[in-house]
Amino acid sequence: MSQFNELTRNGLWSNNPALVQLLGLCPLLAVTSTVVNALGLGLATLLVMIGANVSVSLIRHHVPASVRLPAFVMIIAAFVTCAELLMQAYTFRLYQILGIFIPLIVTNCAILGRADAFAAKNPLLPAATDGLMMGLGFAAVLVVLGAVRELFGQGTLFAGMELLLGPGAANWQVTVFADYSFLFLVLPPGAFFATGLLIATKNVIDDRLERRRHRQQATPTKENRRVRVTGIIR
Amino acid sequence: MSLMHASSPHTRATTSTGRVMGWVLLATLPGMLTATYYFGWGVLLNVLLAAMLGIMLEAGVLRLRQRPLGMALRDNSALVTGVLLGVSLPPLVPWWLILVGMVAAIVVAKHLFGGLGQNPFNPAMVGYALLLIAFPVEMTQWAAPHGLFGQEAVSPGEALRHLLGLASPTDAMTGATPLDAFKHKGEMILASEFWASDPLPSGTLGAWNNVALAWLVGGGILFVKRIITWHIPVSLLGTLTLMATVLYAIDPSHFASPLFHLLGGAAIFGAFFIATDPVSAATSRRGKLWYGAGIGLLIMVIRPTGAYPDAVAFAVLLMNFAVPFIDYYTQPRTYGHARANRGIKVRQLDSDEETS
Repeated sequence: MSQFNELTRNGLWSNNPALVQLLGLCPLLAVTSTVVNALGLGLATLLVMIGANVSVSLIRHHVPASVRLPAFVMIIAAFVTCAELLMQAYTFRLYQILGIFIPLIVTNCAILGRADAFAAKNPLLPAATDGLMMGLGFAAVLVVLGAVRELFGQGTLFAGMELLLGPGAANWQVTVFADYSFLFLVLPPGAFFATGLLIATKNVIDDRLERRRHRQQATPTKENRRVRVTGIIR
Repeated sequence: MSLMHASSPHTRATTSTGRVMGWVLLATLPGMLTATYYFGWGVLLNVLLAAMLGIMLEAGVLRLRQRPLGMALRDNSALVTGVLLGVSLPPLVPWWLILVGMVAAIVVAKHLFGGLGQNPFNPAMVGYALLLIAFPVEMTQWAAPHGLFGQEAVSPGEALRHLLGLASPTDAMTGATPLDAFKHKGEMILASEFWASDPLPSGTLGAWNNVALAWLVGGGILFVKRIITWHIPVSLLGTLTLMATVLYAIDPSHFASPLFHLLGGAAIFGAFFIATDPVSAATSRRGKLWYGAGIGLLIMVIRPTGAYPDAVAFAVLLMNFAVPFIDYYTQPRTYGHARANRGIKVRQLDSDEETS
């Protein structure tokens, strides 16, 4: 159970693929202009991530280390094709909007990273949990970023949700600011700014928690800093 | 460390950031007042609001960062940022546009990177570029040159109503800038036909030329008071003129004349007041020459080919990116030392290394 908790915490917060590992930034920046786009791509990535982690974990004893990366990429590509066909069948308009970014999930290094760093070394259940939590963490960041950019970029929330969730969601749109447009946040530069601010917010929260923990216990905990990530992983 | 033993009564000049910035403010007066004379009270209101917001935002951010307020506010740098952004904006814009621009300039471009002296990008130009991308409609409606008191002039009260967002400019009050009009003349129209068709409100081109010349006067003040050196403005304007002349010589029917490029837009203002920002510009003399030349070149690449009419802000920001690179390669030789060996090191294959 404790391993489950740790995997959950790592995936959703302390080793979040988007905010800490800074992986998969290309789709993160490109499709998060609205909540529905972000949620669509987030769900597709989640699906691929679970599938890839499960399959890689199952075959981990049978693939020689020298050819493991091509094998993993093939597995990921197969799952991406499934996701793409599913979206084409059930959410065709969203499929058209997301366009090239659905096939590009294959090259999302967060997925390959988890397959190689975790699933290839762990049994089925932890690998599946890791895929689920990392995927959820990535999707959560996508949705939050999509919400921030949609709200402050065009003044609405949940516009066009019917593209993903069917006609029942057609009246979900909340217009917070009428007659409002801040084009900067809708365009790619705004995505960089919003992502930077999200990372900064996470670091501020971590900092506060750390300080509180420091006050409660005097002995410093062992920390493990890695290159090219934001934040400290314990 | 005190190596100097001064016995005679030498005069001492106090140069502080506050004094330097004070001279910059003073030097903006000719350009600012000329622009007000031609384009109306809106210019002055923009500058006042932007400067006020600059000081308020600076104080607010310093409080958040738990830094001492007094010294940072007395160095006038936030005031300069405000004035420079204020004169770059079109007259008759609403207040929130200036607020967004100043937040981007002071909070994001300056203090997120560590405050005065740490910002890699020119704060005023970050604010301007963000506004241009975010609000292209408001940012390309420049006031027509109706003057301060004439028949069609916008009264101070009317300008204030525009600033408060109670009124939006009508077609009679605004016009394109010369660069904007020339950019959108279309491929099929020759330059001569374009000018013959009288494309701008009357007096626009003359107004822009005179404002540019007034900025040149301000630049002269900065140079005489040794706030800036000649390197950046000269290399910037020189490269710009050279490029414009070459393009004009190749195809005069589609490219504007060098004089138009020099005086028709923000080139002179940018060369003396924006590109010479001591924080975000290159440091050494040789570096400054390269830096200025890069900006001039980029302006002449972006103006004819880019999507936006003027290019000074983007050119300056792009060259700000290049400043660490320029500084690395143009480090001056220190007396008594060999020139720094920069660039990709090619390892000499001598006998020692072959055996090892």
